[in-house]
Formats: sequence, C-alpha cells, structure tokens
Amino acid sequence: MAGMITTITTDMFQYEFMTNAFAAAGIAAVVSGIVGFFLVMRGQTFAGHALSHIGFAGATGAGLIGLAPLWGLVGFTLAAGITMGVLSERISNRDVAIGVVLALALGFGLLFLHYYTSFATQATALLFGNVLAVDRGMIATLLVLGLITLAGLGAIMRPLIFASLQPELAEAKGVPLRLVSTAFLAVVALAVSECAQIVGVLLVFTLMVGPPAAAQRLAGGLWSGLMLSAALALGEAWLGLTIAYYTDWPVSFCIAVLSGACYFAALAAAPLRLR
Amino acid sequence: MTAVELDHATIRIGGNDVLADASFAIRPGEFIGVLGPNGAGKTTLMRAILGLLAPTAGTIRVLGGTPLRGNPAIGYLPQVRTVLPDLRLRGFDFIASSVHGERWGLPHVGASERAVIDDTLALVGARHLAERPLSEMSGGERQRLLLAQALIGKPQLLLLDEPLISLDARHQEVAIDVVRKVCRERNITVLFSAHELNQLIGALDRVLYLGNGQAVLGTVDEVITAPVLSRLYGTDIQVVRAEGHIFVMSRGRDVEQVEHSHDHGGHDHHHHH
Repeated sequence: MAGMITTITTDMFQYEFMTNAFAAAGIAAVVSGIVGFFLVMRGQTFAGHALSHIGFAGATGAGLIGLAPLWGLVGFTLAAGITMGVLSERISNRDVAIGVVLALALGFGLLFLHYYTSFATQATALLFGNVLAVDRGMIATLLVLGLITLAGLGAIMRPLIFASLQPELAEAKGVPLRLVSTAFLAVVALAVSECAQIVGVLLVFTLMVGPPAAAQRLAGGLWSGLMLSAALALGEAWLGLTIAYYTDWPVSFCIAVLSGACYFAALAAAPLRLR
Repeated sequence: MTAVELDHATIRIGGNDVLADASFAIRPGEFIGVLGPNGAGKTTLMRAILGLLAPTAGTIRVLGGTPLRGNPAIGYLPQVRTVLPDLRLRGFDFIASSVHGERWGLPHVGASERAVIDDTLALVGARHLAERPLSEMSGGERQRLLLAQALIGKPQLLLLDEPLISLDARHQEVAIDVVRKVCRERNITVLFSAHELNQLIGALDRVLYLGNGQAVLGTVDEVITAPVLSRLYGTDIQVVRAEGHIFVMSRGRDVEQVEHSHDHGGHDHHHHH
C-alpha cells in the first residue's frame, strides 16, 4: 500500500504543473475552509455565491483592459463585499436583491467576454477553474493574499463569533455590528477570489461551503470545527487533483464530487459525532 | 441613587412616540414586572436603558449615569434570539463567546473567566448544560443558559425581555424563582417583561405598565385598576380578581390571553438595529 502511494506520488510530482497545482490548491483550500466556516455559521452562503459571480464580471473586465483576471476578481469582489456590508439591512440578507445583482454581474461578465478575443478558453477557466495552469508567480500571489485574508479574519474573529451567535446581545455589549459584518464580507471577497482561481467562480461552494457545512455537522466546538473544515477542504482539493491526474477528468469536477460526497456522508454520520 | 430613572423622556421610532413624556424611578434592588400590550415599548425601553436608543426629549439615567452602550453593569437577555440549528456548539462555548466578545482579535477564555462561567452556571442550576450541545437543549434549558450568561460579570441591573416566551408553565415558574432568588441575594435590580401578570405577582415588587405612549409605575394594587389600564389600552378595561388571580378584560375577553395568541414568534415590532 505504502509502496503504491509512493509510486503514485513520484509519478505525479515529476511534473512541475502538478506540484504547482498542489501548492495553489492547498493554499486556497485552507483559506476557503476557514473563511467558509464563518460564512456557513452566519447563514450567508448565498452572499458568498453572489460575490463569486460579481468576481466573474471583474475578471473578464480586467482581461478586457489588459489586467490579470485575478486583480479584476479581487477588486470587484472586495468592492461588492464592502458595499453589501454597508447596505447590510437593505441588501445582504435579502435573497432577491442578491439574486438580481448576481444575474446582472454574470450578464456583464458575458458582455466583457464577448469583446475578449480568446472567448472560449478564458470563459471556461474563469467559470470552472484552471488549476493545472497555475505558475510559480501565482502561487506566491495566492500565498500573500491568503495570509492577508487570514490575518483580517483573525483580527475580527472574536466579535464576529459573538455577533453571529447572538447579534442582539453583541450590539448591546458594544460590538459594532455593521463594521464587523462589512469587514467579514471583505474577508469573504478575498477568499472567494482565491478559491475561484482553483475551482472557478461557479464552483466556489465546493471548497467554501461543502467542507465547513460537513465540519459543523461533525465537530462539537468552534476550534475543532474550524480545523476539521480546513482539513476537509485541503483533503478534497488534493485528492481531487490526484483523481483528476489519473482519470483525466476535470479537476473541479473531482473536487465537487468529493465535496458533495463528504457533506452527505457527514449528514448520514451525524449520530456518530465527534466531541 | 436610582437604578433607572426617566424624567419626561420621549422615545420616538419612525415618527411614532413609543414613550411620550414618561417619568418614573426604579429603586436599586427592585423586581419590576414590565407589562403592556404588544408594541407598547417594552423592548424599546430596554434598548434605551442599554444606550442603543437616545431619547428625543427628556432624560434617562441608569445607575446614576447616562445610558452607555456596552455598560458592564447591565445584564441583558434579549427577546429576539437567533437560533443556529446546524451549529453544534456546547453550552459552555456559547456563553464563553459572549465574555468580552466585543474585544478584537482571536477568541480567548482565560482560567478566571472559565471559573466565573462555571460558578454562574452552578448559580442558576445549569452546570450540566456546559457540555451539552445547544441544538439538543429544550427551550427551558436554553433559557437557563441565557440567564446564566446575563448574570456573568456581576451586573447591578438585569434586563430580561420576555424570558418566559416558549416555556411551559412549570419552566416559567422555575425561571421566575431562579431570577428572584439570585437577584435578592445579590441585590440586583430586575426589569422582567412578560405577557402575563399572574405568574409574576408573587415575585415582583412593583409593576411598570406601558401603553399608549405612557408608563405607570406602582404596586399591583395601584396600577392594575380599571381607570389606569383603560387609559393605557385606550379602551374600556375591566379588572377582575378571582382567587388571587387578576384578569385584565376588554369587552369580556382576557387581553393578556389575546395578546399572547398573537405573539408566537416572539418578535417585537419595535426592534431596530
């Protein structure tokens, strides 16, 4: 068994594109699993989904003016996340408003793509991810962006947990609810940008919602849940890459299947929870 | 010093005077039952005492000072309780998240804070809930946990907004007894809002009845009378006493029961962020 794994990994890692993919997917998965944990805890997964679609418009728009798609993604999701946080009561918890903005953003993304020359490849890469094309420079960028995201989350984590669990009491105790939720959506925007680089804007849920939702079903505490969520995301991303390498199926498909399987297994295993 | 004092205070929400020119003074250590129809301003009054709403006219004094958001001397049990059904969180962790939860950075609970949480849980007979997941607790157990949480930090003033909602009759009695016992021991002033007067009669010192923008503070005999309540409800009210119970009736119907049947969700119409 050990010998087989060694054969598999040496075979796979003799290609630089595979080691790069493992590094990039690992960084994005850990960030997504941790940030996604709070997204699921706060019941804001739909807002995360909308941010990724807005990011699609940003990425295609950036391509149109000659910028790297990642910066369009970061810029648009960050601006949208902060706007949603500031307008919190009017927008962020209203599914219809978010849905309309989401569709509008996808529409604009399509328009930008229309004027973009390499239409088909670019669209597929943005929508479904292209982790096998990641280079060293992108890994460094993802690492820095990931550290900034986690540092931002760490700075607001205590009031964020309080405000998520008991908003009325947190407000009375002096937690600035709007500031905390705006800062959190900015953190989510950065995590979405990272995650979209790996699995694409349409599949950010596979790493940002699947693993944390499964972890919250299984773990009994905040820290254990957070660690489990990050571990599941990392495991799904790496195993997905491995399966994709040997089957030649798309990476994002493999990760999506693992994420779904893991979530439903957690639902079924709920009676055997860990403490 | 008074615990809570309103001096010609007006609180306006959305162009509507929830309290208009209200004046009363609550003494330290008093157990006050806060009553009144839905929308009379029970939650609004508590939010004003917490410093979340400023009076548009007049003054509010709390424990000798102006209301200050985040005042550690006030324990609060809000009426709207967010429930997170999927999150499996132990009772202890739930409470711990609120201890200094307003500070920035990573969550951290020190040894002394752990001891305080343990002691407070024991005080309200909820120590066994520390290791239980929140999602597996009954309404009564969860309420007990929230009560313990409100008592952490040794508050001088306790604001309990409809703590009896969603509890059955037996758990309601237990909750009232626990609050009365702890608050007598520690000389804590309590504002306890409720739909129904009768359960509270044995526990409360005075009644604060809200309605029609007005607030009347006094003993049960002074406040629960046909003339006073008719003024507060803005309609003809009869007060019927039978076997130690008091029924507040309007055209032959018990107004408290009518109110209750309209308020399953437990949401206050004046809840604003």
